[in-house]
Amino acid sequence: MIQTAEPVAERGLDWIRGGDEAEIVLSSRVRVARNLQGVPFPGRAGPEERAEVVERVRTAADRADLLDGGYIWEVDSLDSVNREILVERHLISRDLLTDRRGPSSAALVLADGSSCGVMVNEEDHLRLQALVGGLELDSAWRQVDLLDEEIGAVLPIAYHHQFGFLTACPTNVGTGLRASVLIHIPGLVLTKEITKVLEGISQVGLTYRGLYGEGSEVVGNFFQVSNQTTLGKTEEDLIDHLDRVTRKVIDYERSARAMLLTEAPAVLEDKVWRAYGILRTARSLGLEEMMNLLSGVRLGMSLKLLKSPRVETLNELLVRGQVAHLERAAGGSLSEQEADVCRATFVRDKLATDERDAGQAPADGSSDTTAADGSPSGD
Amino acid sequence: MLCDDCRENHAQVHLTSVEANDMRTLNLCVSCAAARGLSSEEAEEASTSETPPLVDFLAQLGSAGPQTPAPSVSEPCPFCGISASDFRKSGRVGCSQCYVHYETQLRGLLRRIHGSSQHAGKLYLSETSDITDRLGQISSMRRRLKRAIETEDFETAAELRDRIHNLELQE
Repeated sequence: MIQTAEPVAERGLDWIRGGDEAEIVLSSRVRVARNLQGVPFPGRAGPEERAEVVERVRTAADRADLLDGGYIWEVDSLDSVNREILVERHLISRDLLTDRRGPSSAALVLADGSSCGVMVNEEDHLRLQALVGGLELDSAWRQVDLLDEEIGAVLPIAYHHQFGFLTACPTNVGTGLRASVLIHIPGLVLTKEITKVLEGISQVGLTYRGLYGEGSEVVGNFFQVSNQTTLGKTEEDLIDHLDRVTRKVIDYERSARAMLLTEAPAVLEDKVWRAYGILRTARSLGLEEMMNLLSGVRLGMSLKLLKSPRVETLNELLVRGQVAHLERAAGGSLSEQEADVCRATFVRDKLATDERDAGQAPADGSSDTTAADGSPSGD
Repeated sequence: MLCDDCRENHAQVHLTSVEANDMRTLNLCVSCAAARGLSSEEAEEASTSETPPLVDFLAQLGSAGPQTPAPSVSEPCPFCGISASDFRKSGRVGCSQCYVHYETQLRGLLRRIHGSSQHAGKLYLSETSDITDRLGQISSMRRRLKRAIETEDFETAAELRDRIHNLELQE
């Protein structure tokens, strides 16, 4: 059974603990698009049809083992902060919040203890998805595949013997599968190799975007890479291809970092410590500024120039440093200036905690033994 | 993402073209897309590797007139009522029946977007599925079983083995 949940609380954040290659790959996501037979797609369906889809998915979710003990949120009954929190956690897309002539009848179903679930009535009736930490595409796909089997056994799914699973947008037809990884590749950006790598990614049937999906800008050297086509290949081929290319990009990124460490150790170390110093001491931090600085710190952590913070903390700051999360923590709406101040306080506190736990040298580097000789700072 | 042409404006038109095994993606702003003639009929006729499939398809729908008789697509979808112009505006079809109503055009479009119009992934079995579908399902599950064993995911492997067994019993 699933239960109606309000508010969003801490759910859907399991990925932040990381996984394989977590220092470079923040998360892996797989989703498949599915639609119900005999009902117009959400963009074309009337309010009653959309509401009925939610009820049918709720019934199917109740019977799915994978969702047992899980939750459902109906977007119409959530307040604006909780809606934004779901977007900031990448659990629903901003499109799901778009007002479409009256009640949206959009919903999110989420399993208990994981980020696997169903987005209801976005562009398609169902978007089955799983979000996991690190480079773990296989694990995400297995969850989605299993959920697909369970839901498909209860609900009649729109399927064409030649085109496969039918979707509102022809670019999703076939498997309906979009697999993506969120990768952090500052080494390639700093060595200016990034253009070549991105061109290569485009040439092998993959596409890239910024942190928040289609059309979003690349900030903080975080890139989202995903498959471009969905028809004509098996789900496993699509997943394997993205996995192989991602591992190749990780290799290039490591080479770029090694080169930076050899060719410009002082510049690199300065960049990392400046980023850490600002995050550790600033009294006002913009979101984009925070993300760019977190990129520097993440690089420093990965190269062992810094002993703290932990990868989990870095992931958590990216999520909880966003406006809706800060507003919820503050218990009310915040102006941009107020949010910047809250963000700075939050980041300072988190970094201080990890610093104490790890015995990190203070941000001024006063007791720091230089890392240019390869030894970790603060040892 | 910046426009590939002018490198100044935000890219809003994303086009993928496929020729043989060579796939190319173009990210363009609206004005550069127009500059490439992507909304004109000439673009359709030129039909180079950069011709955008969706625009091509939309042009086909829009030009269905006396010289190009295409009665099946000039009528809206009988199930959801979506017309060629609705589709042109949104780039989305309205229902699963649109794939039957606009089948010929969509097959061409899908081939150009994906390099194929034949689904190769998971099958979906319904009450109307025939023996070919069921055999295809078994073969797809065997492939997934092999993969599960290779990745030492024995829990999934056991489940797939049971499902294959059940499907084989039904034949």
